[in-house]
Amino acid sequence: MTTNSTITLKIDGVQISVPEGTTILKAAKNNGILIPTLCDLEGLTPYGGCRLCLVEVTGSPKLFPACTTPANSGMEVTTNSERLKNYRKMAIQMLMSERVHICAVCVANDHCELQALANQLGVDHVAFERNFTREPIDSSHGFLVIDRNRCILCTRCIRVCDKIEGVHTLDLKKRSKNTEVIMDLDEFWGDSCSCTGCRKCAKVCPVGAIYIEGEAITQTKNRDVAEFITARRNRK
Amino acid sequence: MDNLNINKIVEKKIVINPVTRIEGHAQIDILLNQDDTVREAQFKVTDFRGFEKFTEGRPYYEMPAITSRSCGICPVSHLLAAAKACDAIVGVNPPKTAVMLRRLMHMGQLIQSHALNFFHLSSPDLLFGFDSDQAKRNVFGLIEKHPDFALQGVKLRRFGQEIVERVAGRRVHSSEWIQLGGVKWPLTSERADYLQSELPKALEIAKDTLSKFKQMLSGFDNEVENFGNFPSYYMGLVNSDGGLEHYDGKLRIMDKDGNVAAECTDPLRYQEYVGEAVEPYTFMKFPYFKEVGYPEGAYRVGPLARLNVASHCGTPLADEEFEEFKKLGKNGVVQSTFHYHYARLIEMLFCVETAKKLLDDPEILSEQVVSRAMVNNYEGIGIAEAPRGTLIHHYKVDTQGRIIWNNMIIATEHNNIAYNKAITQVAKKYVKTQQLQEGMLNRVEAVIRAFDPCLSCATHAVGQMALDVKLFDVNGNLLDRQIK
Repeated sequence: MTTNSTITLKIDGVQISVPEGTTILKAAKNNGILIPTLCDLEGLTPYGGCRLCLVEVTGSPKLFPACTTPANSGMEVTTNSERLKNYRKMAIQMLMSERVHICAVCVANDHCELQALANQLGVDHVAFERNFTREPIDSSHGFLVIDRNRCILCTRCIRVCDKIEGVHTLDLKKRSKNTEVIMDLDEFWGDSCSCTGCRKCAKVCPVGAIYIEGEAITQTKNRDVAEFITARRNRK
Repeated sequence: MDNLNINKIVEKKIVINPVTRIEGHAQIDILLNQDDTVREAQFKVTDFRGFEKFTEGRPYYEMPAITSRSCGICPVSHLLAAAKACDAIVGVNPPKTAVMLRRLMHMGQLIQSHALNFFHLSSPDLLFGFDSDQAKRNVFGLIEKHPDFALQGVKLRRFGQEIVERVAGRRVHSSEWIQLGGVKWPLTSERADYLQSELPKALEIAKDTLSKFKQMLSGFDNEVENFGNFPSYYMGLVNSDGGLEHYDGKLRIMDKDGNVAAECTDPLRYQEYVGEAVEPYTFMKFPYFKEVGYPEGAYRVGPLARLNVASHCGTPLADEEFEEFKKLGKNGVVQSTFHYHYARLIEMLFCVETAKKLLDDPEILSEQVVSRAMVNNYEGIGIAEAPRGTLIHHYKVDTQGRIIWNNMIIATEHNNIAYNKAITQVAKKYVKTQQLQEGMLNRVEAVIRAFDPCLSCATHAVGQMALDVKLFDVNGNLLDRQIK
């Protein structure tokens, strides 16, 4: 994906040189500029689903998702303007209102990326009417549980299952707000013949949608997993 | 439409709304006869929570976290009852240390909750008098007039909260700590040492408060006689020796003469003893002793009932006080609701002593605090003694461990029939409608305060439940009754 040639661009006024083909998100991160994101995870193919990493590029009225947009030479990128902040706050509120996000009783309370980002961006209320879904929980698997009411459709679980574990047990069905993560051909997790029970899906889930029954959330959401996945991926 | 006889059925009543210095929202209707004498008083809970319904479909192990959110005063009791019900679903026995830690946390909760009721909510009535200036008769007036006494209350309550915090991580809603099969993390020796160092001060305050209360008692003969002073059944947990118990044990029901009416050793069978009725004017259910029926099978729970059903406390100082307390009633059964305060203070002393006993045992520092298992049973019941009385959580789950049915009988609910009896008695005695004064109504509220109800916990009734439908004619005569 990357070549030996480097390009130079400006992010938030800082001159940055990165190898050609690097995404704006990665270029910013490597230079200490953090852009919020929920669906991106180092080591997994970028997806561009959560729209939290949208950035402004001088000369274009459009906003670009930093995780999927490659950095170009001479680009001038703004990662943190008032407009972007408002968009991000709105995106968080939309995620929160789409399904059921009651932090107080969630397994991922205090270890949730959505919650942390909401706090960080100062989202103190949800302006949209909440859509309290009542999807049945699937806890038919021995220890992996999915509560689709908490899913934000970031597809990290699907990508990790496909690209890292290499089995592609998980996928999506339906469209738009009705989209659901499914196992195999929309079966109960316990009936899935392809799931290896590797737990990676639970480990990368940014919220409390997939979790491991009986395991402390601090153990499940161990951040080292990102480094682990990256290391495995780059292993020749 | 004159055949409706509207004038005939318009009732005269005095409404106390809201009832102050209690936990939750309620109103009291005092219904009057045509000659303005008091006919009856009704305790109406105006909250509605609905936990029994909306927990359906959730995994059973989420129940401690969800149900404990019903209350910020006694979340620990919900955590324990829910965790015990979860233990029963998986059929696991938590390690000894986990049980000790759960007990210790419970002691902390009882201390803080009892201190809150006595010092912050009830003592203004006792220290200033029921008829004193309403504007001063509250915790702020208390701080102004009796700063040392108020400070003692704050300190004791803080000690209770600190036990919960040091053991479980947070003062309120420490649901992350408790889990089925035990608890998540052990107690560190630093934390145990800290609690040990604070214990003597707490014990002094508990002793001191009890002796102050006993001195005050002689001034309240009238209240003792008329504050919900009626015979009823009593229910509470007792341990294998018949002693005072708050965490685990057998459920004992005692009659007004001190005879054991029933003893339920298997929590799964509690429904053989406890029935539930509903009335149209309140969201709170009316549990009753099944053998006797509704409403004659009214029973009381809470500190008074626990001391009535127990044969001893099991700690030296509390046992001394217990002996003295028992002398207040015939056959050791104390029936005045006013004595809930007395019983509460004895329990507070017991809790501080028990906390010490638990902390003195080196096994409390063991790191084996959890046992693991999967769903083995499809039904689980957890019974614990909340500060306000017996708390029952009863869950049924499907093969995947998802809740399909949930019944919670909250401590406050058990006393529901007793509330109405007690306020009717107080209203009949003190409320003079010709020359109505605030102090009279305050007495009606005060008897409710003595029970220490927690209404936010107690209003979950919804959907399918035991139903008692009554049909009255315009003159209030019962025409038909069906119980489902």
